[in-house]
Amino acid sequence: MLGLSSFAALVVVLPLLLIFIHTTSHGLAFINLAFFTEMPKPVGEAGGGMANAIVGTLILIGLGSAFGVPIGVFSGVYLAEYGENRFAQIVRFLTDVLSGVPSIVVGVVAYTIIVLPMKQFSALAGGFALGILMIPTITRTTEEMMRLVPHSYREAGLALGIPQWKTTLRIVLRTALKGIATGILLSLARIAGETAPLLFTALGNRFWSTDVLHPMASLTVFIYDYARAPFEDWNNQAWAAALVLIALITALSLLFRFFSRSRFEGQNV
Amino acid sequence: MIQQIAPPEIAEMPKLRSMPRVQANSKMRTEHLSAFFGKVQALKDVSLEIDEHEVLAIIGPSGCGKSTFLRSLNRMHEVAGGRISGKVLLDNENIYERDPVLIRRRVGMVFQKPNPFPTMSIFDNVAAGLKLGGIRNKAVLTEAVEQSLHRAALWDEVKDTLSKSGASLSGGQQQRLCIARALAIKPEVLLMDEPASALDPISTAKIEELIFELKENFTIVIVTHNMQQAARVSDRTAFLYMGELIEIGPTEEIFTKPEKQQTEGYITGRFG
Repeated sequence: MLGLSSFAALVVVLPLLLIFIHTTSHGLAFINLAFFTEMPKPVGEAGGGMANAIVGTLILIGLGSAFGVPIGVFSGVYLAEYGENRFAQIVRFLTDVLSGVPSIVVGVVAYTIIVLPMKQFSALAGGFALGILMIPTITRTTEEMMRLVPHSYREAGLALGIPQWKTTLRIVLRTALKGIATGILLSLARIAGETAPLLFTALGNRFWSTDVLHPMASLTVFIYDYARAPFEDWNNQAWAAALVLIALITALSLLFRFFSRSRFEGQNV
Repeated sequence: MIQQIAPPEIAEMPKLRSMPRVQANSKMRTEHLSAFFGKVQALKDVSLEIDEHEVLAIIGPSGCGKSTFLRSLNRMHEVAGGRISGKVLLDNENIYERDPVLIRRRVGMVFQKPNPFPTMSIFDNVAAGLKLGGIRNKAVLTEAVEQSLHRAALWDEVKDTLSKSGASLSGGQQQRLCIARALAIKPEVLLMDEPASALDPISTAKIEELIFELKENFTIVIVTHNMQQAARVSDRTAFLYMGELIEIGPTEEIFTKPEKQQTEGYITGRFG
Protein backbone atom coordinates (compact mmCIF):
# COMPACT_ATOMS: atom_id res chain seq x y z
CA MET A 1 0.00 0.00 0.00
CA LEU A 2 2.74 2.43 0.97
CA GLY A 3 4.72 1.44 -2.12
CA LEU A 4 1.73 1.92 -4.41
CA SER A 5 0.69 5.26 -2.99
CA SER A 6 4.25 6.58 -2.97
CA PHE A 7 4.55 5.56 -6.59
CA ALA A 8 1.31 7.38 -7.41
CA ALA A 9 2.58 10.45 -5.58
CA LEU A 10 5.77 10.31 -7.62
CA VAL A 11 3.79 10.08 -10.86
CA VAL A 12 1.96 13.26 -9.82
CA VAL A 13 5.19 15.18 -9.42
CA LEU A 14 6.88 13.76 -12.51
CA PRO A 15 4.96 15.55 -15.29
CA LEU A 16 5.49 18.93 -13.66
CA LEU A 17 9.15 18.17 -13.29
CA LEU A 18 9.42 17.09 -16.95
CA ILE A 19 7.59 20.18 -18.14
CA PHE A 20 9.83 22.36 -16.08
CA ILE A 21 13.04 20.69 -17.27
CA HIS A 22 11.90 20.68 -20.88
CA THR A 23 10.82 24.32 -21.04
CA THR A 24 13.91 25.42 -19.15
CA SER A 25 16.28 23.56 -21.43
CA HIS A 26 14.60 24.91 -24.56
CA GLY A 27 13.64 28.35 -23.43
CA LEU A 28 16.14 29.59 -20.90
CA ALA A 29 18.80 30.36 -23.51
CA PHE A 30 16.47 32.78 -25.27
CA ILE A 31 15.48 34.78 -22.26
CA ASN A 32 17.32 38.04 -21.96
CA LEU A 33 16.56 41.60 -21.02
CA ALA A 34 15.29 42.37 -24.51
CA PHE A 35 12.69 39.63 -24.16
CA PHE A 36 11.02 41.61 -21.39
CA THR A 37 11.54 45.12 -22.71
CA GLU A 38 11.29 44.94 -26.50
CA MET A 39 8.45 44.41 -28.92
CA PRO A 40 8.20 41.47 -31.33
CA LYS A 41 10.35 41.92 -34.42
CA PRO A 42 9.00 41.40 -37.95
CA VAL A 43 9.52 38.00 -39.55
CA GLY A 44 13.09 37.37 -40.50
CA GLU A 45 14.55 39.85 -38.08
CA ALA A 46 16.29 38.24 -35.15
CA GLY A 47 15.89 39.27 -31.52
CA GLY A 48 13.07 41.29 -30.10
CA GLY A 49 10.88 40.46 -27.13
CA MET A 50 7.31 40.27 -26.03
CA ALA A 51 6.88 43.10 -23.57
CA ASN A 52 3.40 43.67 -24.97
CA ALA A 53 2.36 40.06 -24.36
CA ILE A 54 3.61 40.04 -20.78
CA VAL A 55 1.80 43.25 -19.95
CA GLY A 56 -1.23 42.03 -21.93
CA THR A 57 -1.42 38.82 -19.93
CA LEU A 58 -1.29 40.77 -16.68
CA ILE A 59 -4.03 43.15 -17.87
CA LEU A 60 -6.21 40.25 -19.02
CA ILE A 61 -5.77 38.48 -15.68
CA GLY A 62 -6.65 41.75 -13.95
CA LEU A 63 -9.78 42.23 -16.06
CA GLY A 64 -10.85 38.64 -15.51
CA SER A 65 -10.36 38.96 -11.73
CA ALA A 66 -12.15 42.30 -11.58
CA PHE A 67 -15.15 40.52 -13.02
CA GLY A 68 -14.79 36.98 -11.70
CA VAL A 69 -13.59 37.50 -8.11
CA PRO A 70 -16.42 39.71 -6.76
CA ILE A 71 -19.12 37.65 -8.46
CA GLY A 72 -17.54 34.38 -7.40
CA VAL A 73 -17.00 35.44 -3.79
CA PHE A 74 -20.39 37.03 -3.28
CA SER A 75 -22.28 34.18 -4.93
CA GLY A 76 -20.36 31.83 -2.64
CA VAL A 77 -21.32 33.95 0.36
CA TYR A 78 -24.93 33.77 -0.75
CA LEU A 79 -24.85 30.00 -1.12
CA ALA A 80 -23.20 29.51 2.26
CA GLU A 81 -25.27 31.94 4.30
CA TYR A 82 -28.67 31.95 2.61
CA GLY A 83 -28.41 28.85 0.46
CA GLU A 84 -31.16 26.67 1.90
CA ASN A 85 -33.66 27.31 -0.86
CA ARG A 86 -34.56 26.05 -4.30
CA PHE A 87 -32.91 28.95 -6.13
CA ALA A 88 -29.62 28.27 -4.36
CA GLN A 89 -29.79 24.58 -5.27
CA ILE A 90 -30.21 25.53 -8.91
CA VAL A 91 -27.33 28.00 -8.72
CA ARG A 92 -25.14 25.35 -7.10
CA PHE A 93 -25.95 22.84 -9.83
CA LEU A 94 -25.39 25.36 -12.64
CA THR A 95 -22.07 26.38 -11.11
CA ASP A 96 -20.94 22.78 -11.37
CA VAL A 97 -22.12 22.65 -14.95
CA LEU A 98 -20.31 25.90 -15.74
CA SER A 99 -17.07 24.51 -14.40
CA GLY A 100 -17.35 21.73 -16.95
CA VAL A 101 -17.99 23.99 -19.95
CA PRO A 102 -14.97 23.92 -22.28
CA SER A 103 -13.11 27.20 -22.27
CA ILE A 104 -13.36 27.58 -26.03
CA VAL A 105 -17.15 27.59 -25.69
CA VAL A 106 -16.90 30.39 -23.14
CA GLY A 107 -14.73 32.23 -25.68
CA VAL A 108 -17.42 31.83 -28.34
CA VAL A 109 -20.03 33.15 -25.92
CA ALA A 110 -17.90 36.22 -25.17
CA TYR A 111 -17.41 36.65 -28.92
CA THR A 112 -21.15 36.59 -29.49
CA ILE A 113 -22.20 38.93 -26.73
CA ILE A 114 -19.32 41.39 -26.66
CA VAL A 115 -17.19 41.21 -29.82
CA LEU A 116 -20.05 41.07 -32.32
CA PRO A 117 -22.12 43.97 -30.94
CA MET A 118 -19.02 46.14 -30.51
CA LYS A 119 -17.71 45.07 -33.93
CA GLN A 120 -14.27 44.89 -32.36
CA PHE A 121 -12.04 42.25 -30.83
CA SER A 122 -11.08 43.55 -27.42
CA ALA A 123 -9.24 42.80 -24.19
CA LEU A 124 -12.52 43.50 -22.46
CA ALA A 125 -14.15 40.52 -24.16
CA GLY A 126 -11.11 38.42 -23.25
CA GLY A 127 -11.30 39.49 -19.63
CA PHE A 128 -15.00 38.69 -19.59
CA ALA A 129 -14.37 35.18 -20.88
CA LEU A 130 -11.59 34.61 -18.35
CA GLY A 131 -13.77 35.98 -15.56
CA ILE A 132 -16.53 33.49 -16.37
CA LEU A 133 -13.98 30.69 -16.21
CA MET A 134 -12.90 31.85 -12.76
CA ILE A 135 -16.38 31.96 -11.27
CA PRO A 136 -17.19 28.28 -10.59
CA THR A 137 -13.97 27.59 -8.70
CA ILE A 138 -14.27 30.74 -6.61
CA THR A 139 -17.97 30.28 -5.90
CA ARG A 140 -17.59 26.73 -4.67
CA THR A 141 -14.44 27.35 -2.65
CA THR A 142 -16.00 30.39 -1.03
CA GLU A 143 -19.12 28.45 -0.15
CA GLU A 144 -17.16 25.55 1.30
CA MET A 145 -14.78 27.75 3.26
CA MET A 146 -17.64 29.84 4.67
CA ARG A 147 -19.40 26.66 5.74
CA LEU A 148 -16.30 25.51 7.57
CA VAL A 149 -16.46 28.58 9.82
CA PRO A 150 -18.08 27.35 13.06
CA HIS A 151 -21.57 28.61 13.67
CA SER A 152 -20.49 29.89 17.07
CA TYR A 153 -18.64 32.82 15.46
CA ARG A 154 -21.79 33.92 13.65
CA GLU A 155 -23.71 33.69 16.92
CA ALA A 156 -21.01 35.59 18.78
CA GLY A 157 -21.15 38.37 16.20
CA LEU A 158 -24.92 38.63 16.20
CA ALA A 159 -25.09 38.49 20.00
CA LEU A 160 -22.77 41.51 20.10
CA GLY A 161 -25.40 43.51 18.27
CA ILE A 162 -23.47 43.42 15.01
CA PRO A 163 -25.87 43.45 12.05
CA GLN A 164 -26.13 40.26 10.04
CA TRP A 165 -24.42 41.61 6.91
CA LYS A 166 -21.49 42.93 8.93
CA THR A 167 -21.18 39.67 10.84
CA THR A 168 -21.07 37.84 7.51
CA LEU A 169 -18.50 40.11 5.88
CA ARG A 170 -16.28 41.19 8.75
CA ILE A 171 -16.28 38.03 10.83
CA VAL A 172 -17.29 34.96 8.83
CA LEU A 173 -15.79 35.98 5.48
CA ARG A 174 -12.68 37.26 7.24
CA THR A 175 -12.27 33.93 9.00
CA ALA A 176 -12.68 32.02 5.75
CA LEU A 177 -10.43 34.36 3.77
CA LYS A 178 -7.37 32.18 3.68
CA GLY A 179 -9.20 29.28 2.09
CA ILE A 180 -10.98 31.60 -0.31
CA ALA A 181 -7.66 33.13 -1.32
CA THR A 182 -6.45 29.66 -2.25
CA GLY A 183 -9.52 29.22 -4.46
CA ILE A 184 -8.91 32.56 -6.14
CA LEU A 185 -5.30 31.60 -6.68
CA LEU A 186 -6.26 28.31 -8.30
CA SER A 187 -8.60 30.07 -10.68
CA LEU A 188 -5.98 32.75 -11.45
CA ALA A 189 -3.45 30.08 -12.28
CA ARG A 190 -5.99 28.43 -14.51
CA ILE A 191 -6.92 31.51 -16.54
CA ALA A 192 -3.34 32.70 -16.83
CA GLY A 193 -2.73 29.63 -18.95
CA GLU A 194 -5.90 29.81 -21.05
CA THR A 195 -5.50 30.26 -24.78
CA ALA A 196 -8.74 29.13 -26.36
CA PRO A 197 -11.10 31.76 -24.90
CA LEU A 198 -8.72 34.52 -26.01
CA LEU A 199 -8.54 33.46 -29.65
CA PHE A 200 -11.74 35.19 -30.65
CA THR A 201 -11.88 37.80 -27.94
CA ALA A 202 -8.59 39.51 -27.12
CA LEU A 203 -7.27 38.05 -30.38
CA GLY A 204 -3.62 39.01 -29.91
CA ASN A 205 -1.70 42.03 -31.05
CA ARG A 206 1.82 42.46 -32.41
CA PHE A 207 1.93 46.04 -31.26
CA TRP A 208 1.94 47.78 -27.94
CA SER A 209 -1.58 48.34 -26.66
CA THR A 210 -3.03 48.78 -23.22
CA ASP A 211 -6.41 49.88 -24.54
CA VAL A 212 -8.94 47.38 -23.22
CA LEU A 213 -11.33 48.17 -26.07
CA HIS A 214 -8.82 46.93 -28.64
CA PRO A 215 -7.13 43.61 -29.34
CA MET A 216 -4.43 42.79 -26.85
CA ALA A 217 -1.44 40.50 -26.89
CA SER A 218 -1.07 37.70 -24.36
CA LEU A 219 1.63 35.14 -23.64
CA THR A 220 -0.59 32.17 -24.36
CA VAL A 221 -1.79 33.35 -27.76
CA PHE A 222 1.79 34.38 -28.50
CA ILE A 223 2.99 30.86 -27.68
CA TYR A 224 0.23 29.42 -29.85
CA ASP A 225 1.22 31.59 -32.83
CA TYR A 226 4.95 31.26 -32.44
CA ALA A 227 5.06 27.56 -31.68
CA ARG A 228 3.34 26.60 -34.94
CA ALA A 229 5.23 29.15 -37.05
CA PRO A 230 7.75 27.74 -39.52
CA PHE A 231 10.59 29.92 -38.22
CA GLU A 232 13.09 28.50 -35.79
CA ASP A 233 13.69 31.73 -33.89
CA TRP A 234 9.93 32.08 -33.40
CA ASN A 235 9.77 28.55 -32.01
CA ASN A 236 12.58 29.39 -29.63
CA GLN A 237 10.79 32.46 -28.46
CA ALA A 238 7.68 30.38 -27.87
CA TRP A 239 9.71 28.21 -25.50
CA ALA A 240 10.98 31.28 -23.75
CA ALA A 241 7.44 32.61 -23.45
CA ALA A 242 6.29 29.29 -21.98
CA LEU A 243 9.00 29.51 -19.36
CA VAL A 244 8.07 33.10 -18.53
CA LEU A 245 4.42 32.11 -18.21
CA ILE A 246 5.24 29.30 -15.78
CA ALA A 247 7.44 31.65 -13.77
CA LEU A 248 4.68 34.24 -13.76
CA ILE A 249 2.11 31.79 -12.41
CA THR A 250 4.54 30.55 -9.77
CA ALA A 251 5.27 34.13 -8.74
CA LEU A 252 1.53 34.84 -8.50
CA SER A 253 1.10 31.80 -6.25
CA LEU A 254 3.89 32.86 -3.95
CA LEU A 255 2.67 36.44 -3.76
CA PHE A 256 -0.79 35.26 -2.93
CA ARG A 257 0.40 32.89 -0.26
CA PHE A 258 2.35 35.68 1.28
CA PHE A 259 -0.56 38.10 1.39
CA SER A 260 -3.22 35.63 2.46
CA ARG A 261 -1.13 34.46 5.38
CA SER A 262 -2.84 34.77 8.71
CA ARG A 263 -1.70 37.65 10.88
CA PHE A 264 -1.05 35.20 13.64
CA GLU A 265 0.81 32.57 11.69
CA GLY A 266 3.81 31.25 13.53
CA GLN A 267 2.32 32.24 16.84
CA ASN A 268 1.61 29.53 19.30
CA VAL A 269 -2.07 29.10 18.59
CA MET B 1 -31.23 42.21 47.72
CA ILE B 2 -30.16 39.06 49.37
CA GLN B 3 -26.67 38.76 50.70
CA GLN B 4 -24.27 36.48 48.94
CA ILE B 5 -24.20 33.02 50.34
CA ALA B 6 -21.09 30.93 50.52
CA PRO B 7 -21.17 27.49 48.91
CA PRO B 8 -24.18 25.90 50.50
CA GLU B 9 -23.59 24.26 53.79
CA ILE B 10 -26.91 22.95 54.79
CA ALA B 11 -26.46 23.82 58.45
CA GLU B 12 -26.11 27.49 57.61
CA MET B 13 -29.05 27.64 55.32
CA PRO B 14 -31.97 28.19 57.68
CA LYS B 15 -30.74 31.48 59.06
CA LEU B 16 -30.07 32.82 55.58
CA ARG B 17 -33.46 31.73 54.42
CA SER B 18 -35.19 33.74 57.06
CA MET B 19 -33.79 36.99 55.72
CA PRO B 20 -36.44 39.08 54.01
CA ARG B 21 -36.19 39.61 50.29
CA VAL B 22 -35.87 43.28 49.51
CA GLN B 23 -38.21 44.37 46.76
CA ALA B 24 -36.16 45.10 43.66
CA ASN B 25 -37.00 46.65 40.34
CA SER B 26 -37.88 44.32 37.53
CA LYS B 27 -35.41 44.65 34.64
CA MET B 28 -36.86 42.04 32.33
CA ARG B 29 -40.07 40.11 32.35
CA THR B 30 -41.45 37.28 30.28
CA GLU B 31 -45.17 36.92 29.84
CA HIS B 32 -46.60 33.61 28.66
CA LEU B 33 -43.42 32.95 26.72
CA SER B 34 -43.51 29.86 24.55
CA ALA B 35 -40.77 28.91 22.10
CA PHE B 36 -40.87 26.56 19.16
CA PHE B 37 -38.52 24.86 16.75
CA GLY B 38 -40.73 23.96 13.84
CA LYS B 39 -43.50 21.97 15.46
CA VAL B 40 -41.57 21.12 18.60
CA GLN B 41 -42.42 23.28 21.56
CA ALA B 42 -39.32 23.85 23.64
CA LEU B 43 -40.79 26.30 26.12
CA LYS B 44 -44.32 26.37 27.50
CA ASP B 45 -45.96 29.49 28.84
CA VAL B 46 -43.11 30.77 31.00
CA SER B 47 -43.80 33.95 32.95
CA LEU B 48 -41.15 35.29 35.27
CA GLU B 49 -39.40 38.46 36.33
CA ILE B 50 -35.71 39.27 36.33
CA ASP B 51 -34.76 41.89 38.86
CA GLU B 52 -32.22 44.61 38.31
CA HIS B 53 -28.72 43.66 39.55
CA GLU B 54 -29.68 40.16 40.50
CA VAL B 55 -28.14 36.91 39.39
CA LEU B 56 -30.87 34.59 38.27
CA ALA B 57 -29.85 30.98 37.74
CA ILE B 58 -31.85 28.75 35.42
CA ILE B 59 -31.48 25.09 36.28
CA GLY B 60 -33.02 21.93 34.94
CA PRO B 61 -32.13 18.69 33.19
CA SER B 62 -30.76 18.63 29.64
CA GLY B 63 -33.34 19.50 27.04
CA CYS B 64 -35.62 21.24 29.55
CA GLY B 65 -35.57 24.45 27.51
CA LYS B 66 -33.21 26.47 29.68
CA SER B 67 -30.94 27.47 26.80
CA THR B 68 -33.94 28.24 24.64
CA PHE B 69 -35.33 30.43 27.40
CA LEU B 70 -32.04 32.30 27.64
CA ARG B 71 -31.78 32.76 23.89
CA SER B 72 -35.27 34.11 23.62
CA LEU B 73 -34.23 36.93 25.97
CA ASN B 74 -31.99 38.50 23.32
CA ARG B 75 -33.73 37.19 20.22
CA MET B 76 -30.96 34.69 19.45
CA HIS B 77 -33.55 31.95 19.46
CA GLU B 78 -34.79 33.13 16.07
CA VAL B 79 -31.25 33.03 14.61
CA ALA B 80 -31.37 29.25 14.94
CA GLY B 81 -34.70 29.24 13.10
CA GLY B 82 -37.00 29.20 16.11
CA ARG B 83 -40.02 31.35 16.86
CA ILE B 84 -41.81 32.42 20.00
CA SER B 85 -45.18 33.47 21.25
CA GLY B 86 -45.84 35.63 24.27
CA LYS B 87 -43.87 38.65 25.33
CA VAL B 88 -40.39 39.45 26.56
CA LEU B 89 -40.18 42.87 28.17
CA LEU B 90 -37.00 44.83 28.75
CA ASP B 91 -37.71 47.93 30.82
CA ASN B 92 -41.35 47.39 29.95
CA GLU B 93 -40.79 47.34 26.18
CA ASN B 94 -41.49 44.21 24.21
CA ILE B 95 -38.16 43.30 22.63
CA TYR B 96 -39.95 41.47 19.83
CA GLU B 97 -41.28 44.81 18.62
CA ARG B 98 -37.79 46.32 18.51
CA ASP B 99 -34.75 45.98 16.23
CA PRO B 100 -32.96 42.79 17.34
CA VAL B 101 -29.58 44.41 16.68
CA LEU B 102 -30.29 47.14 19.22
CA ILE B 103 -31.76 44.67 21.71
CA ARG B 104 -28.62 42.55 21.56
CA ARG B 105 -26.52 45.60 22.39
CA ARG B 106 -28.53 45.94 25.59
CA VAL B 107 -28.74 42.24 26.38
CA GLY B 108 -25.31 40.67 25.93
CA MET B 109 -24.49 36.98 25.80
CA VAL B 110 -21.68 34.62 26.73
CA PHE B 111 -21.77 31.15 25.23
CA GLN B 112 -21.00 27.71 26.54
CA LYS B 113 -17.84 27.24 24.52
CA PRO B 114 -15.37 30.11 24.42
CA ASN B 115 -15.55 31.53 20.89
CA PRO B 116 -13.08 34.40 20.45
CA PHE B 117 -12.80 35.50 16.82
CA PRO B 118 -9.76 33.62 15.50
CA THR B 119 -8.62 36.28 13.04
CA MET B 120 -8.63 39.05 15.61
CA SER B 121 -6.13 40.06 18.26
CA ILE B 122 -7.10 40.14 21.93
CA PHE B 123 -7.66 43.89 21.64
CA ASP B 124 -9.77 43.59 18.50
CA ASN B 125 -11.84 40.80 20.01
CA VAL B 126 -12.86 42.99 22.90
CA ALA B 127 -13.34 45.99 20.63
CA ALA B 128 -15.26 44.00 17.99
CA GLY B 129 -18.75 44.92 19.12
CA LEU B 130 -17.90 48.61 19.28
CA LYS B 131 -15.83 48.71 16.10
CA LEU B 132 -18.36 46.86 13.98
CA GLY B 133 -21.04 48.92 15.67
CA GLY B 134 -19.46 51.97 14.06
CA ILE B 135 -17.19 53.42 16.77
CA ARG B 136 -13.86 54.52 15.29
CA ASN B 137 -12.44 56.77 17.98
CA LYS B 138 -9.24 55.08 19.08
CA ALA B 139 -9.23 56.62 22.56
CA VAL B 140 -12.79 55.45 23.21
CA LEU B 141 -11.95 51.95 22.02
CA THR B 142 -8.76 51.73 24.07
CA GLU B 143 -10.56 52.83 27.20
CA ALA B 144 -13.46 50.44 26.67
CA VAL B 145 -11.09 47.53 26.02
CA GLU B 146 -9.06 48.23 29.13
CA GLN B 147 -12.12 48.66 31.33
CA SER B 148 -13.78 45.51 30.01
CA LEU B 149 -10.65 43.43 30.47
CA HIS B 150 -10.38 44.74 34.04
CA ARG B 151 -13.98 43.85 34.68
CA ALA B 152 -13.46 40.38 33.24
CA ALA B 153 -10.41 39.98 35.51
CA LEU B 154 -8.19 39.34 32.53
CA TRP B 155 -6.28 42.60 32.24
CA ASP B 156 -3.24 41.60 34.27
CA GLU B 157 -2.79 38.44 32.26
CA VAL B 158 -3.02 40.00 28.81
CA LYS B 159 -2.03 43.65 29.14
CA ASP B 160 1.34 43.05 27.47
CA THR B 161 0.02 40.80 24.72
CA LEU B 162 -3.02 42.70 23.46
CA SER B 163 -1.93 42.34 19.84
CA LYS B 164 -1.64 38.58 20.05
CA SER B 165 -4.28 36.21 18.78
CA GLY B 166 -7.22 35.61 21.08
CA ALA B 167 -6.89 31.93 20.25
CA SER B 168 -3.46 31.84 21.91
CA LEU B 169 -5.05 32.08 25.36
CA SER B 170 -6.01 29.15 27.57
CA GLY B 171 -9.62 27.98 27.64
CA GLY B 172 -10.45 29.82 30.85
CA GLN B 173 -8.78 32.99 29.61
CA GLN B 174 -10.65 32.71 26.32
CA GLN B 175 -13.93 32.56 28.17
CA ARG B 176 -13.04 35.63 30.21
CA LEU B 177 -12.05 37.28 26.92
CA CYS B 178 -15.54 36.48 25.63
CA ILE B 179 -17.01 37.99 28.78
CA ALA B 180 -14.89 41.12 28.27
CA ARG B 181 -16.07 41.24 24.66
CA ALA B 182 -19.68 41.06 25.78
CA LEU B 183 -19.11 43.72 28.47
CA ALA B 184 -17.42 46.16 26.09
CA ILE B 185 -20.69 47.14 24.46
CA LYS B 186 -21.99 48.01 27.94
CA PRO B 187 -25.06 45.81 28.02
CA GLU B 188 -27.61 46.17 30.78
CA VAL B 189 -28.30 42.46 31.04
CA LEU B 190 -25.75 39.69 30.60
CA LEU B 191 -26.92 36.22 29.59
CA MET B 192 -24.56 33.35 30.32
CA ASP B 193 -25.20 29.95 28.79
CA GLU B 194 -23.30 27.43 30.93
CA PRO B 195 -20.25 29.69 30.79
CA ALA B 196 -18.02 27.39 32.82
CA SER B 197 -19.10 23.96 31.68
CA ALA B 198 -16.16 23.62 29.28
CA LEU B 199 -13.61 24.85 31.82
CA ASP B 200 -11.39 23.33 34.50
CA PRO B 201 -12.23 23.87 38.21
CA ILE B 202 -9.82 26.78 38.71
CA SER B 203 -11.11 28.66 35.68
CA THR B 204 -14.64 27.88 36.81
CA ALA B 205 -13.94 29.39 40.22
CA LYS B 206 -12.60 32.51 38.52
CA ILE B 207 -15.70 32.87 36.39
CA GLU B 208 -17.94 32.43 39.43
CA GLU B 209 -15.98 35.03 41.35
CA LEU B 210 -16.37 37.31 38.38
CA ILE B 211 -20.14 36.89 38.37
CA PHE B 212 -20.26 38.23 41.95
CA GLU B 213 -18.41 41.34 40.89
CA LEU B 214 -20.34 41.89 37.67
CA LYS B 215 -23.59 41.96 39.59
CA GLU B 216 -22.71 45.47 40.75
CA ASN B 217 -23.16 46.82 37.24
CA PHE B 218 -25.18 44.26 35.35
CA THR B 219 -28.22 42.07 35.63
CA ILE B 220 -27.18 38.48 35.03
CA VAL B 221 -29.11 35.42 33.92
CA ILE B 222 -27.04 32.25 34.01
CA VAL B 223 -28.00 28.84 32.72
CA THR B 224 -26.23 25.99 34.43
CA HIS B 225 -26.72 22.32 34.97
CA ASN B 226 -24.29 22.43 37.83
CA MET B 227 -26.48 22.89 40.89
CA GLN B 228 -23.61 23.75 43.22
CA GLN B 229 -22.75 26.52 40.86
CA ALA B 230 -26.31 27.83 40.86
CA ALA B 231 -26.25 27.76 44.64
CA ARG B 232 -22.94 29.57 44.80
CA VAL B 233 -23.53 32.39 42.38
CA SER B 234 -27.22 33.18 42.20
CA ASP B 235 -29.69 35.24 44.18
CA ARG B 236 -32.69 33.48 42.78
CA THR B 237 -33.10 30.23 40.96
CA ALA B 238 -35.68 29.08 38.44
CA PHE B 239 -36.24 25.40 37.83
CA LEU B 240 -37.40 24.43 34.34
CA TYR B 241 -38.61 20.99 33.46
CA MET B 242 -39.90 19.80 30.09
CA GLY B 243 -40.18 23.40 28.91
CA GLU B 244 -42.23 24.52 31.88
CA LEU B 245 -41.30 26.78 34.74
CA ILE B 246 -41.83 24.58 37.77
CA GLU B 247 -40.62 26.90 40.46
CA ILE B 248 -38.76 30.17 40.95
CA GLY B 249 -37.58 31.66 44.20
CA PRO B 250 -34.65 32.77 46.33
CA THR B 251 -31.82 30.34 45.73
CA GLU B 252 -31.50 29.11 49.29
CA GLU B 253 -35.21 28.36 49.46
CA ILE B 254 -35.14 26.44 46.21
CA PHE B 255 -32.23 24.39 47.49
CA THR B 256 -33.38 23.83 51.04
CA LYS B 257 -37.13 24.02 51.01
CA PRO B 258 -38.49 23.63 47.49
CA GLU B 259 -42.24 23.84 47.19
CA LYS B 260 -42.66 21.43 44.32
CA GLN B 261 -41.83 17.81 44.42
CA GLN B 262 -40.22 17.86 40.97
CA THR B 263 -37.79 20.52 42.14
CA GLU B 264 -36.89 18.51 45.18
CA GLY B 265 -36.46 15.40 43.07
CA TYR B 266 -34.12 17.21 40.73
CA ILE B 267 -31.93 18.95 43.29
CA THR B 268 -31.60 15.83 45.40
CA GLY B 269 -30.48 13.98 42.31
CA ARG B 270 -33.39 11.62 41.93
CA PHE B 271 -33.67 12.50 38.25
CA GLY B 272 -32.16 14.76 35.65
